[in-house]
Amino acid sequence: MAPGVLYFLVFHYGALFGNVLAFVDYVPFLGLADSQWVGLANFQHMLGDPQFWNAVANTVVIAALQLVFFFPAPLALALLLHSLVGSTVKRFVQSVVYLPHFLSWVIVVALFQHMLGGAGVVNGWLGDLDLGAIHVIGNPDTYKPLVVAQLIWKECGWATIIFLAALSQVDDQLYEAAVLDGAGWWRRLWHVTLPGIRPVVVLLLVLRLGEFLQVGFEQFFLQRQAVGPETGEVLDTFVYFTGFANGEFGYAAAAGLFKGLIGVALVYTANKVAHRLGEQGVYQR
Amino acid sequence: MTYPAWQGRPGPGLRAAKAVALTVVVLLVLFPLWTVVATSLASPQDVIANGGWVIWPERFTIGAYAEILDGGVVTRALLVSAGVTVVGTALSLVCTVGLAYALSRPRVYGGRPIMLLILFTFLFPPGMIPLFLVVRTTGLFDTYAALVLPFLINVFNLVVMRGFFQSIPAELLEAARIDGAGELTMLWRVVLPLSKAVLAVVSLFYAVAYWNRFFEAIIYFNDQTKWPIGTVLRQYVTGGADLTGESAVVSAPQATQMAVVVLATAPIVCIYPLLQRYFVKGVLTGAVKA
Repeated sequence: MAPGVLYFLVFHYGALFGNVLAFVDYVPFLGLADSQWVGLANFQHMLGDPQFWNAVANTVVIAALQLVFFFPAPLALALLLHSLVGSTVKRFVQSVVYLPHFLSWVIVVALFQHMLGGAGVVNGWLGDLDLGAIHVIGNPDTYKPLVVAQLIWKECGWATIIFLAALSQVDDQLYEAAVLDGAGWWRRLWHVTLPGIRPVVVLLLVLRLGEFLQVGFEQFFLQRQAVGPETGEVLDTFVYFTGFANGEFGYAAAAGLFKGLIGVALVYTANKVAHRLGEQGVYQR
Repeated sequence: MTYPAWQGRPGPGLRAAKAVALTVVVLLVLFPLWTVVATSLASPQDVIANGGWVIWPERFTIGAYAEILDGGVVTRALLVSAGVTVVGTALSLVCTVGLAYALSRPRVYGGRPIMLLILFTFLFPPGMIPLFLVVRTTGLFDTYAALVLPFLINVFNLVVMRGFFQSIPAELLEAARIDGAGELTMLWRVVLPLSKAVLAVVSLFYAVAYWNRFFEAIIYFNDQTKWPIGTVLRQYVTGGADLTGESAVVSAPQATQMAVVVLATAPIVCIYPLLQRYFVKGVLTGAVKA
């Protein structure tokens, strides 16, 4: 037990303490102790920095797109998988769709480039058919849909697990009763299946809202350069490039702390809402 | 194929629609992986003739693999990743089991406040810059330990494992104690043999995370010869200007690049089927308890 506790003390609570960086003008060769204490100056700078607000705006837009397009996708796939009766096919499809979850973002980005890039597979086909070419990769106009599509490709299958578990809990007798009452496929879905898994859907939605700003980091870090910061910068990459590329560690830490605090507030609010709706939330009261 | 009593056999139209949808989904996942493997095994002439990729290698060659496995950057990066993954997973597993077992036992001194402090870190994860500062102050900068120690215990894995340990009937442990077993014996002889499924899942999660980690090497290492495969892959395949991939003229390394992608993916695809039957259980235990 001791090494585990030590780990949390050093790397989590130590890092928590490291947040004092946000209040100093950090100069690496002076070290933390001798750097000048500047109070809230980093935060003031941040609030007046258009690049910071650009990153906030991109993060919010991408998060909203993820919510609208990524959230329902696994539910749809789970409904499809659940409707399969033959278990061999079902298990095979499950094995296939879970796989991308385990691939790193470097590989996913490489695959998308290989498929959709200027000299990629899809453009090869389009060229053969004389249909011109699509410019999806490295194109600021299509960047946001692209990153959401990548997320769906990588995580949609994995996210079905929890929906499938919920679907298997729906009482078969309800379906029997519905069929006796003459309900067709669509009415069974609407009046039995969806109400049956409502608690899980609400819970996941609340959780997702709680981590609204967590759009991901590695995916954006890998692709930001190709489209430029105007479209590609999200809060996490803003922290990275401010800190490691521009050397403004104090300022970067302030932006990171800001995001962390908003995140805690969002999770807290989301849980309040969940409890209000009579669901369990991430933690119990 | 037996349909439930209430459900008749669906009409041919619906079944065809389902079959098409499933085929599309499966192809969307597998086809990109397939062309990458095919391209990596094709001869440079074929790749160039076809504009940068192939679906079926006409002239099959393992030249690309021979080239990158011949002791260069990629070979070393694969060894680094393998080492970090094996050592890291072992350490993580030992520490997670130890902490999860302690926290699963009732009446452990300080158990509840420690659990709360740990759950708080889940809510407020360490920021990139503060964590970097910690890595520097603890002297881990430019050491392989920087890829392991900051990620030693994952809270989700800890909660999954603790939940699993708590579900083991207390009578079993009580019986062992009466037979004179100490805590370590109980853990080793009673708890772990019952927990094979959760150990498999958690090991898989840790191993995949260690294998896939690439970003941290960029900020924690000055010395590029210590880079793991993911970081090298990023430079080879997605680094800098060729991310746009606008040019249709692709030079010979296309097969090489794809071979690097394959080598970075292969270990995951290989261990995945072995552990797959366990992880639905693991994910759900975690989701219910968390």
